[in-house]
Amino acid sequence: MVKQISVFLENKAGRLASVTKVLGDHRINIRALSIADTSDFGILRLIVNDPEKAYGVLKKAGYTVSETEVIAVEVPDTPGGLARVLDIMGEASINIEYLYAFIGKASDDALVIFKVEDPERAVQVFETRGVNVLDSSKVYTL
Amino acid sequence: MYWNQEIECMPRKELDELKLRRLKETVFRVYSFVPSYKAKMDEMGVNPGDIQKLEDISKLPFTTKQDLRDNYPFGLFAVPMTDVVRIHSSSGTTGKPTVVGYTRRDLERWAELMARALTCAGATRHSVVQNAYGYGLFTGGLGVHYGAEKIGASVIPSSGGNTKRQIMLMQDFGTTHLTCTPSYALYMYEVMTEMGIDPSELKLKSGIFGAEPWSENMRRDLENRLQIDAFDIYGLSEIMGPGVAIECPEKNGLHFFEDNFIVEIINPETGEVLPPGEKGELVLTTINKEALPMIRYRTRDLTSLNIEACSCGRTHVKMSKVLGRSDDMVIIRGVNVFPSMVESVLLNIANVEPYYLLVVERRNNLDELEVWVEVSEKAFSDEVRKLEQLGKTITRELESSLGVAVKVKLVEPKSLQRSEGKAKRVEDRRQF
Repeated sequence: MVKQISVFLENKAGRLASVTKVLGDHRINIRALSIADTSDFGILRLIVNDPEKAYGVLKKAGYTVSETEVIAVEVPDTPGGLARVLDIMGEASINIEYLYAFIGKASDDALVIFKVEDPERAVQVFETRGVNVLDSSKVYTL
Repeated sequence: MYWNQEIECMPRKELDELKLRRLKETVFRVYSFVPSYKAKMDEMGVNPGDIQKLEDISKLPFTTKQDLRDNYPFGLFAVPMTDVVRIHSSSGTTGKPTVVGYTRRDLERWAELMARALTCAGATRHSVVQNAYGYGLFTGGLGVHYGAEKIGASVIPSSGGNTKRQIMLMQDFGTTHLTCTPSYALYMYEVMTEMGIDPSELKLKSGIFGAEPWSENMRRDLENRLQIDAFDIYGLSEIMGPGVAIECPEKNGLHFFEDNFIVEIINPETGEVLPPGEKGELVLTTINKEALPMIRYRTRDLTSLNIEACSCGRTHVKMSKVLGRSDDMVIIRGVNVFPSMVESVLLNIANVEPYYLLVVERRNNLDELEVWVEVSEKAFSDEVRKLEQLGKTITRELESSLGVAVKVKLVEPKSLQRSEGKAKRVEDRRQF
């Protein structure tokens, strides 16, 4: 399971910059990120090389932070690649809260981060259906 | 124009004699019939016989809103319930609301004072008074209503809201006097404009506006736009309701009705009585009320007194327009909102911490209340849906408790000022 760091952000100029600066100052490397935003606030979701340290330094800097378990899945970087994974999830009635994708530099595959209701069951389903779930250590060092 | 010239223009000496007689009688009555007053006076070592001249009033204890809450609902009443014919209550629903009662004579006197106020603002038996103050537990609606009936005006009890219908009534019934909050009057003007109605085609002559503070700028706007004379009326339910003080045509202060109220200005920090002209907190004592006499009630309204003779002929003391509050209460669309009410609502919602700020703005002449709430770690979620749900829960709880519409904004932790003795809980951006 991969640990994602989520940060609450007000919709104000400079908020994202200051979060990333805190991380940079502590030599924490961002592997992937996504932002969910509403008219009033945003939620920054981060995959970093050292989630525990990131959690600590952001908290110390006064942010509202939480750790969330997410699943990183390798998806063939070809047309229909993601559709196949989503089909499998649909068949197994796995509810997706949200997802975001990025392209790794080490392999030919795309990586998709899933937040699901029941991550352990999702991992089981992926394993039995031949979908490659990435180990957390591998994700942090991408 | 006077409703009761003999009283309203009474020479100072006679007026003071009348006040002293009524003060003595009131103090004797509360000491005899209201245990909480007796206990306070005994504790201070003062008894009714110590009140020999008007200045002796400063020997008496203050009464606050908290006293009303502590004695909820009827503990401060000085008459048996069989003599109480009307009960009103404050809008505050967090903790206990404040409850006020009236005997039949109290209602008659209230109507008399409202009649004086309306007459002062130019209303007569020929007038058509449209009363757009809310009818109900709020004292505004019924208070104005009976005064307007007393002078023999034709009263339209339109109550608040339904603005297009208000304007239709104004047109069709020939309203000459409008009574409502000043912000609602400005809003009515906007709706009139949208409806293509020119206020100069209406028969409107004057407006009697109160229940919230308003400035000289707002008077200018109201008078120019609606083409009326705008008068400020002051009142509070704890003392009586509307009709405690009214602006005369001089429009440079509000006359109290001193035959019913003793008026003091105090330093809100020390409680010391201040001389006329100095700015401080308004303290009122009722001296002509049966059901709920109030001794030195701290209104928390800031103002100053003017005892110079007024060219309108009234001899009763004037106060300047209310300048603000000595506590952090805000009045939003006539509803009293205390930060403490917001706090207790937040404390009752799981995982929400009581770090908040009330931001009040006036948009399109209507007051809007935003409540900024810090998102604590426990309440935070990485899912938008859950945070939005949190915002909705807070909104719903606040609205049902405060009785006004609220917009909740979630903000980052530590972004709001922390309490260092006196935290800033209210940011009032309105221009009065």
